[in-house]
Amino acid sequence: MSSREAILNSIREIHRDLKPLPEVPSFGIKRDMVKDFTTSLIGNKAEVMDSSAFEFWLKSSGMNRVFSAVPEYISYSRVTLPKDPHDLENLELAILEGQFGVAENGAIWLDDNQLPHRAMPFITEHLVLIVPKGHLVENMHQAYQKIGNTSSGFGLFIAGPSKTADIEQSLVIGAHGAKSLRVVLV
Amino acid sequence: MSHPQAAAEFLKNQAKAKWHDETLWFVRDKRDRISKTIPEWEDLRNLASEIKDHTLSRLDFYLEEFEKNALKNGIQVHWAKDAEEHNRIVLGILQKKDCKAIVKSKSILTEECHLNPYLETNGIEVVDTDLGERIVQFLNQPPSHIVLPAIHLKKGEISELFHEKLQTEKGNEDPTYLTQAARIHLREKFLKAKVAITGVNFGVAETGEFVVCTNEGNADMGVHLADVHIACMGIEKLIPRRSDLGVFLRLLARSATGQPVTNYNSHFRSPSPGKEIHLVLVDNGRTAQLAREKFRNSLKCIRCGACMNTCPIYRRSGGFSYGSTVPGPIGSILSPGLDMKKHSTLPFASTLCGSCSDVCPVKINIHEQLYEWRQEITKTHGELGKSLSMKLASGIFKSPLAYKISGNLMRSALKNLPKSLIYHPINSWGKGRNLPETPELSFKEWYKRNRS
Repeated sequence: MSSREAILNSIREIHRDLKPLPEVPSFGIKRDMVKDFTTSLIGNKAEVMDSSAFEFWLKSSGMNRVFSAVPEYISYSRVTLPKDPHDLENLELAILEGQFGVAENGAIWLDDNQLPHRAMPFITEHLVLIVPKGHLVENMHQAYQKIGNTSSGFGLFIAGPSKTADIEQSLVIGAHGAKSLRVVLV
Repeated sequence: MSHPQAAAEFLKNQAKAKWHDETLWFVRDKRDRISKTIPEWEDLRNLASEIKDHTLSRLDFYLEEFEKNALKNGIQVHWAKDAEEHNRIVLGILQKKDCKAIVKSKSILTEECHLNPYLETNGIEVVDTDLGERIVQFLNQPPSHIVLPAIHLKKGEISELFHEKLQTEKGNEDPTYLTQAARIHLREKFLKAKVAITGVNFGVAETGEFVVCTNEGNADMGVHLADVHIACMGIEKLIPRRSDLGVFLRLLARSATGQPVTNYNSHFRSPSPGKEIHLVLVDNGRTAQLAREKFRNSLKCIRCGACMNTCPIYRRSGGFSYGSTVPGPIGSILSPGLDMKKHSTLPFASTLCGSCSDVCPVKINIHEQLYEWRQEITKTHGELGKSLSMKLASGIFKSPLAYKISGNLMRSALKNLPKSLIYHPINSWGKGRNLPETPELSFKEWYKRNRS
């Protein structure tokens, strides 16, 4: 007997009463989505700005190795997309689009459609996500309603820059992934 | 070593033990504060508990559903009945890929299976990439906490370790500086690894996808650069629907560290073109725990660590004192199921205060199960000392004369005998505790004198 069968059989042999699966409500509360989303992101150590503040920052940052997957900022893109994500090793800044944001925790959803390489938001030194103000939901329940049954090979919520507190619980930003996250609300 | 012995070791360094206690309480307090910002917090706990109860009641069905959908997505699914088979499967994949070095993100399951030493004996370099795990790996230690692996170490110790291993400046204890050094060191490993191993936080039966949550981004750095991703998952990590993730992701990080959500929550559904995802489904004692009705719902655990942060014993005895992969209250109800004899002191490492059950996001009745395990363990192993003294006590209580004489004897003995005789090594109750002052008279004598 295969281990698969052995495991499934030993589960089947256990007498268990069927417990009901509850419906999950969406728990909405009336909130100022932009304000809450911004507060959440700042709490997660991200920065929030509008497009003109972002462009001002970008021009004065002196960053050269920039890649933009967002058409509006393509003029800043200096890096051609490599075939192999390892070649993104020295990428300074990636500009990507977020599908939508979650007000209660600042999480932003992206999937393969926004990611030229799955490694990009991690390997880049700094990350910028462009999120339309009209694409905000209140909480994670609504977020999953919005994702629905869409099928992407990979999808993720990003809520802030890479961080760790593994040394004496002191918060350090920039563990392995992006050292900063800027969210541009448009 | 029993839990009390190991705890005594931990408490020798009093300053560090105090820091450990206070730091974990701080995390517990953060959890309290953030949970109170969610009006439906208790509803979420109930939902999470019911979803897990339901899943366990149909686990065979959901496992098949999960497998079917994962295969459809192009994920290769393996089944392992125990740790040994799990390790063999992982090694098999590595050998097939001719891979000699891997990166691994946090996975308590692979700790439980002792995957690292197994792979190392077989000539594979294993690099744990979570910062805390890398620190303890350098020290050849297991994690002392499932969420905060290096919480038993102070920055001075880490600075010294990094000076030796990563050639950081001697005496530089700045966490930012040390983290930066680890970042540079690990980036090199990420860029070279052909295979990356991760754990799994949630498997979704409906879609065949699985979710991995980190704050550092180390799981993703590993898997997206490697050709092969091996995800190791305990069979209890399943949930039925994608929408259930809404409940669990709202609870997990808030319970674990008091943050609203982990910074990276990655949903793996199918491999990138030209790459592979392998999923290893592991039993290793889980079906046996499922069969124990009283302890079944310990399998609902989502490994947030909240019960450790709140536990007055864990905070004051450290993770290593438990001698089990998952320490703390939840570990003390999971581990006796794996090896009752080895872990027989763990269910007693509790005041039964119930704080663990109060903070558990999936509402496991941890303290009640601790009590239940005590009954099981006493039935199976008994306690020679205790059963003897109980028999003696029973004889004394049965005879009024014996009761009177022994009472008199004890009162004078406790007063007059030297301390060394009373607080002797066999009197484990007397360790760290003072006996109450003995009254001059028994109640009966007092009554006779004063009221008759």
